[in-house]
Amino acid sequence: MAEAAKKKNLDGAPVIDFDKFRPTRSSENARKRKDYFMTGLIGLSFVIACIPLISVLWTTLVNGFKRLNLNFLSYNMTGVVGGNPTPSGGYGGVLHAIIGTLEITGGAMLISIPIGIMCAVYLVEYAHGGKLAMTISLLVDVMSGIPSIVAGLFAFSMFTIVFGPGTINGFEGSVALSLLMLPTVVKSCEEMLKIVPNDLREASLALGVTKQRTITKIVLRTALPGIVSGCILAIARVIGETAPLLMTAGYIASTNVNLFSGQMTTLPVYVYQEYSKLNANCPVNADASCVPTIPMERSWAAALVLIIIVLLLNLIGRVVAKVFAVKTER
Amino acid sequence: MGQRIDVNHENIYYGDFLAVEDVNINIEANKVTAFIGPSGCGKSTVLRTLDRMHELIPGAHVEGEVLLEGKNLYDKDVDPVSVRRDVGMVFQRPNPFPTMSIRENVLAGVRLNNKHISKSDADDLVEWALRGANLWNEVKDRLDNPGIGLSGGQQQRLCIARAVAVHPQVVLMDEPCSALDPISTLAVEDLINELKSDYTIVIVTHNMQQAARIADYTAFFNLKAVGQPGHLEYFADTTTMFNNPQNAEAERYISGRFG
Repeated sequence: MAEAAKKKNLDGAPVIDFDKFRPTRSSENARKRKDYFMTGLIGLSFVIACIPLISVLWTTLVNGFKRLNLNFLSYNMTGVVGGNPTPSGGYGGVLHAIIGTLEITGGAMLISIPIGIMCAVYLVEYAHGGKLAMTISLLVDVMSGIPSIVAGLFAFSMFTIVFGPGTINGFEGSVALSLLMLPTVVKSCEEMLKIVPNDLREASLALGVTKQRTITKIVLRTALPGIVSGCILAIARVIGETAPLLMTAGYIASTNVNLFSGQMTTLPVYVYQEYSKLNANCPVNADASCVPTIPMERSWAAALVLIIIVLLLNLIGRVVAKVFAVKTER
Repeated sequence: MGQRIDVNHENIYYGDFLAVEDVNINIEANKVTAFIGPSGCGKSTVLRTLDRMHELIPGAHVEGEVLLEGKNLYDKDVDPVSVRRDVGMVFQRPNPFPTMSIRENVLAGVRLNNKHISKSDADDLVEWALRGANLWNEVKDRLDNPGIGLSGGQQQRLCIARAVAVHPQVVLMDEPCSALDPISTLAVEDLINELKSDYTIVIVTHNMQQAARIADYTAFFNLKAVGQPGHLEYFADTTTMFNNPQNAEAERYISGRFG
């Protein structure tokens, strides 16, 4: 009996009953049910993921739109007393915060994007997995986990040591933000450089092109769209930072365009400050033009401005990526 | 005009691993020399030492001499970048630069070396190189289209045009037809036949019929066992190699009894 079950072919290979492995009707039905179930589950997860996103956008739009006008965009917070309107007819604005946000983030970009790209080039093109490269990679990973407040403290203490105690200016904020940006820039650039096919490097080197020009003209050029979107993501991550900027760049009501001296306000800090005020005081006999809830409304409007700036940045990034995209046959 | 290459006692290493040992071969100017042999015997490795592409792999190095028209490519004062300008290379997979148009691809070798080239000179060079690669008539109306929009065979001829546009003395080809269909292969083979009046050509191929069709000389590489270094087993003119080889291993390989 056992011998019959273990019948062998002439050449010694075991005999196999393939009917046993064939899918049965019930297993096919089970697979179909599983398919429906998983499709539903995945669709549901997508909807759940979208709910907070849409909710946040909607709330900001509805609340922010009330005070978002040209006056709000073209005045700062000087001369704003309680809930009373200013002589210009508005209730204060965010001009100084927009300028501060753009300058401080721009400063952070100027510091971290060149360093980040060069660091990624070193890791991918020169290091060949050596000890230094491993150390840098580890440090970059650790850096990406730094809480933003620690970056703020670092920048603050560095400027205290170098320029004396109590130094607060916009550039200090840029330094803090660049610490937060750097790991993202390095990581995304590294990934983008890695996916440039080695064939292209060889093709270029085989033409008698130097390594430097191969990297700048072929590798970086081919990776450019990815590098741009990686940098935009890094910017979008730091442009909404509040805590390190409170510490390093401070908060003022007037417009300061000098990145290197004096306090500077950014949009997130502005939002936070206005939110902290909760309500503005109105005199007992004030007329309807005095709005006690104005700080909260300014807060929402400033948040909306910040979202719009990030959106514009993203659009610019997409256009740049499209222009420099790897060409394919149309 | 092409230049001759003489390889003397060349040992090729990947780190500590001796990949190919004691290669001695004389590659004639303005001839097509084919490298054949079983997988892993080091044909491509030897080819890549002829333009110092081998040393791009970390740890890879070469002992012995490679003389291009009498001048050792591995002398201390020789710049590998200038070697690669004299010895061009075409790869197995067509690899036009994806960010560049057909025209820019052809000019890449000149432009990337930061040489200034006037528009009329550039036009002439593009036409000369593309005509040389038998591609001009197919692409002359769409020179500004992306290079990777071409078919595989056209891309490979574009890569050949790109290689000859820097005007090398020698063109190395590493299985240039293995990713191509038979018709494109024929086009590239015809091209190789025409190119040999201007360049010395060394081609690695897995296809023995191809070697028999296009090569003047054929080198047979072999390895004793897996993990052992490869070596040059037999070198002869192509007729002898395929009709009357004076080497037992080569005869077995050519008649298809191994490899």
